[in-house]
Amino acid sequence: MSIRDIFSVNRKKQRGNFSATKEKDFPEDLMTKCPECRKIHVTKAVEQNLKVCPNCQHHLKLTAQERVAIFLDEGSFTSLDDHLQTTNPLGFPAYVEKIEVDKKKTGLNEAVLTGVGTLQGDKVVVAIMDSHFRMGSMGSVVGEKITRAIEKATELRVPFIIFTASGGARMQEGVLSLMQMAKTSVALSRHSEMGLLYISILTHPTTGGVSASFASVGDFNIAEPQALIGFAGRRVIEQTVREKLPDDFQTAEFLLAHGQLDAIFHRHEMRDKVATIVKLHRKGEATHV
Amino acid sequence: MSKIMPFEEPVIKLREKIDELKHIAQDAEVDMSGEIEKLEARLEQLEKSIYSNMAPWDRVQVARHPERPTTLAYIDAIFEDFIELHGDRLFGDDAAIVGGIASFNGQPITIIGHQRGKTTKENIRRNFGMPHPEGYRKALRLMKQAEKFNRPIVCFIDTKGAYPGKAAEERGQSEAIARNLIEMAGLKVPVISIVIGEGGSGGALALGVANRILMLENSTYSVISPEGAASILWKDASLAKQAAEAMKITAPDLMDMKIIDTIIPEVAGGAHRDIDKQAKVMKEHLTATLEDLSVLNEEELVQDRYEKFKAIGQFIEN
Ligand SMILES: [Zn+2]
Repeated sequence: MSIRDIFSVNRKKQRGNFSATKEKDFPEDLMTKCPECRKIHVTKAVEQNLKVCPNCQHHLKLTAQERVAIFLDEGSFTSLDDHLQTTNPLGFPAYVEKIEVDKKKTGLNEAVLTGVGTLQGDKVVVAIMDSHFRMGSMGSVVGEKITRAIEKATELRVPFIIFTASGGARMQEGVLSLMQMAKTSVALSRHSEMGLLYISILTHPTTGGVSASFASVGDFNIAEPQALIGFAGRRVIEQTVREKLPDDFQTAEFLLAHGQLDAIFHRHEMRDKVATIVKLHRKGEATHV
Repeated sequence: MSKIMPFEEPVIKLREKIDELKHIAQDAEVDMSGEIEKLEARLEQLEKSIYSNMAPWDRVQVARHPERPTTLAYIDAIFEDFIELHGDRLFGDDAAIVGGIASFNGQPITIIGHQRGKTTKENIRRNFGMPHPEGYRKALRLMKQAEKFNRPIVCFIDTKGAYPGKAAEERGQSEAIARNLIEMAGLKVPVISIVIGEGGSGGALALGVANRILMLENSTYSVISPEGAASILWKDASLAKQAAEAMKITAPDLMDMKIIDTIIPEVAGGAHRDIDKQAKVMKEHLTATLEDLSVLNEEELVQDRYEKFKAIGQFIEN
């Protein structure tokens, strides 16, 4: 079965797991306009191409469920901590309401989906951030879910793989959201101490506090093509340094050229390549793939 | 004359009046001691009521006061035999972070801190205390050195944030901060962080994965500056005062959220009013905190840090 087939088959299956609201992520529209080259495609053709523009290879955003479907072995995924609920620690007006809207929109309890599954037969724990949920920003629940997922990987002695997609800290949770950077780090430190593998896959966009914590400290830092990755926002930097930034500033390609990434993998080859990395880190077995 | 903050104007004005009256009385050779005594009692009352009821925005003013003591001021006042150590061994030496070794109560210690300037010239040299990646990498190098020689680490946090610049991005600002977080998590020596001014975002946290976090009473610790929060929330940076309240960034706020362990009281009106007295109070707290941690072995220190940060966050589990 080709990876494209897996995508179309799994998608139907996954949808069942995540309630009927998922329909919204696959608009009725028969046509999709590429946000990069503006070319209009038949939606089905874009989906069959793993949501990569057939014209310019622009990688469109995926939902967390779509990522599960194209990355893990079919039917192997079991989610974790779907029950954790966001509160309103600073008492921001309408915060809880906004969360409720995005819960309905995405079928997720927060901006990250975590769980256990297999990747070409190898058991792994994954965390998949979803930028459709409050721009993938990290508050207490996102921090807690990622931390528990890392702890699960440590307990099971298996690799931890994260797909990042985040605008940074969740401002409505103030300094509590900042501290999630430290919380996930203490869990990663312990996972690493056990000699376990951590692969960070940075997707569009990965910025701010997420970029400045777990996203950047994988044993392998991988990115999707053209993904925006950076600490500070482009506008803030332009205002600070008063100089024009290059067009490719803070793209995956820019980071690769500046030594910040191990590799950029096209979405079509992501599953195979990452599975190979995992196989090369199997414990106590011949490592030939 | 030190910069006057709006909220303390009544105190300053009354103090000036008393001084004036003293001069006049002296010159005219009239006994006004009774009146002066009364006014001084009023001044004391006024100081108490103003300085003990500071609003978040007042504290932000104190935290940003140009004469607020910096890392080097506390190093000078609290430690002995300080030797500053430079460079990250990779790119350069970032003056926005200082670090070195010293003696504290007769014991070796490593000290690292953000360093602001007080004059414009010094601020330019120090990049206003906003580090580049090489600053964080120098800090990490000195932490690993401390771990090798089994001495505790004290970090002073005092930055608006990591520098948002082109070169900083090119050299991996994100990775430098992220690396410090994960490496600090595993340090096998006691780590204490003290917020002495503004603790801004990831740039502050990169010196903050500690066993104990202490905050000076009028310092702040936040995910974004009040101005930044105001412009995002209400598209108006001038509403920073309201944002300072909404974002909960003061020491008492962080104590309530169970993020910090101790509030170090400040001298009335702010640490800049009496650095020697402030340093003495800080030294007492540092001594006690180090003593608390001295009973933990290497494994327990790492576990202690794990539990501290694992517990931070608010959510419903049902
Ligand atoms: Zn296109």
